Amino acid sequence: MAILINSASKIIVQGITGKSGLLHALQCRDYGSNIAGGVTPGKGGTAIDGFPVFDTLDEAVCATQATVSMILVPAPWAADAILEAADGGIELAVCITEGIPIRDMVVVKRYLQDSKMNLIGPNCPGVITPGECEVGIMPGAIHKKGNIGVVSRSGTLTYEAVKQLTESGLGQSTCVGIGGDPIIGMSFIDVLKLFNEDTETKAVFMIGEIGGDAEEIAAEWIKENMRKPVAAFIAGLTAPPGKRMGHAGAITTGGKGRAADKIGILTECGVTVAKSPTKIAEAMKQALNIQS
Amino acid sequence: MNIHEYQAKEILKSYGIRVPGGRMVKTVRQTEKAVEEFGRLCVLKAQIYAGGRGKAGGVKTVQSAGQACDVAKELLKKRLITIQTGSRGLAVKRILVEETIDIEKEFYLSITLDRRTSRYCLIASVQGGMDIEEVAHVSPEKIHTLYIDPFIGVRSYHARRITMALGLKSKIVKDCVKLIQNLYKVALEKDCSLIEINPLVISKAGELIAMDCKINFDDNALFRHPEYEKMIDVSQLDTLEIQAKKFDLAYIKLNGNIGCMVNGAGLAMATLDVLKEYGGEPANFLDVGGGASREKVAEAFKIILKDRNIKGIFVNIFGGIMRCDIIAQGIIDATEDIAFNLPIVVRMDGSRLAEGKRLLSQSGLNVETVDNLGDGAAKIVQMVAKKRKVIAN
Repeated sequence: MAILINSASKIIVQGITGKSGLLHALQCRDYGSNIAGGVTPGKGGTAIDGFPVFDTLDEAVCATQATVSMILVPAPWAADAILEAADGGIELAVCITEGIPIRDMVVVKRYLQDSKMNLIGPNCPGVITPGECEVGIMPGAIHKKGNIGVVSRSGTLTYEAVKQLTESGLGQSTCVGIGGDPIIGMSFIDVLKLFNEDTETKAVFMIGEIGGDAEEIAAEWIKENMRKPVAAFIAGLTAPPGKRMGHAGAITTGGKGRAADKIGILTECGVTVAKSPTKIAEAMKQALNIQS
Repeated sequence: MNIHEYQAKEILKSYGIRVPGGRMVKTVRQTEKAVEEFGRLCVLKAQIYAGGRGKAGGVKTVQSAGQACDVAKELLKKRLITIQTGSRGLAVKRILVEETIDIEKEFYLSITLDRRTSRYCLIASVQGGMDIEEVAHVSPEKIHTLYIDPFIGVRSYHARRITMALGLKSKIVKDCVKLIQNLYKVALEKDCSLIEINPLVISKAGELIAMDCKINFDDNALFRHPEYEKMIDVSQLDTLEIQAKKFDLAYIKLNGNIGCMVNGAGLAMATLDVLKEYGGEPANFLDVGGGASREKVAEAFKIILKDRNIKGIFVNIFGGIMRCDIIAQGIIDATEDIAFNLPIVVRMDGSRLAEGKRLLSQSGLNVETVDNLGDGAAKIVQMVAKKRKVIAN
């Protein structure tokens, strides 16, 4: 079954005529995703590489019946695009964009409280259900269909993990990049809940990093609720304190959000934490063995 | 983005929040003039992008222009080392000369992002002038928090609630309510990731004054504040970090000797972790980002090379939208004009991998390509250790 997206998902791309928008619309289509069209205000009525373009999200949804939107709109206008998607009845918005101001995301998060739309990201690589559908920028070829759910704050580190899992025969049900920003849509817990209920997912691999306390509260949730084995890797054990390590959300403040603390709590809550980014598949296997 | 205390106070002043009378000075002569103008007891505060100045001798009260000159002379020639600056400290190029204030009471007030609720939160405490983390730990009941709903902002009743919780009475209540609302305005309109007044004081004359102020701007919002660029004091930043920013690279200098170039922040952090795991010491964090061009890769490489402690470089690029032949070409470009023989280990995975490997093998550089992260880390640590051994012998 997988979660969030599958071969039946109909997708539109907000920002489709931009360099990034078009590149990834094409890559997703090549992977097998049903990209029904896109939105770029002012370019409605045209087509680009076979994708119909609309001026507004409403028109795009009306014409295509899309329920998923991939957002590749530049940072100054990305929050607006998320709001437009929520307003226009999109069920799942995947916002790839990095660099959206905090102030804008505070408003988006508040607006989404009263909306049925699920948001993944921003500042994320997207979502992929191997063999069925990709809504994002990840390299499809490293993925393999299987039973491991992957959820991560990172982009390329997720690919590293997926490659290791694939190479050791552990295929993936769905991989979700929740993003590296301090304010994001779906959290670790939101995705873990879906994996918990998904018949295709037998275990989960979680990738976290320094900053915030999302991993800590996820650990508590896992202890109380998770019925499937979970393994994890937390990046930034050696990161200097108080420095923003690339991602806007990857910063420890006042001694809080350190990798060592996250690893400690996850381990206490029954998660098998990989001691090295080179031992990701091992940790997942260990967690599966513990369960059986 | 950081700014100095005197700049933060200028902003507060422009929003109707009272600050001590003061002037920013850069020289001993200017200090003397400023103190003479104030005509009385003054305080000299070193302006650096870090706290903990008081305990490090960066804040001094002076009673005469002569004394002020001596203090300024000392401050301006040194690097101030505080518990927040790291062992190198920060250069003191500016001093804030301020009138002293007779303090009746001190408070703490700040607005920052609360990640758990995804809202701005206002934090107030009667324990002013203290480390707020310390207060939160020792006497959490002295902390009052308001989570701000962006749809309604900070209304008068919110501000009154906080003001009452701080124990303020009579005339000063109105002033405090206004101050709190204005503070939120600053946080929003200036796109602050943090705005902290510590301490906020009631003077003996009954006025609410922001005695110290720290403001950080949201880096993601700089595009809509073009005026912020000229506010930056480059003396407070690492030169390589400044250069990296120019090319939109995330770069942080560390203390080791293995330069790193990685695409993606999480993978870059993990690369530092794995190098240390294998006994190496990373010299830097550098995220070259997705879809980087040949020029950007070359610039990134050049910046890494400017660190004279580098004895080897580890390139870890995991495909996706990055083309391996572009990475290879960027590395070759960067090392073209210099006599370069440091060991490089390149781990690439992505499109045009074969082409990228071919370019590197024909480049004449001391480069080894590997297929996975563990092998790459082990290899570069080994190559750097060997090089050091050779030098030692």
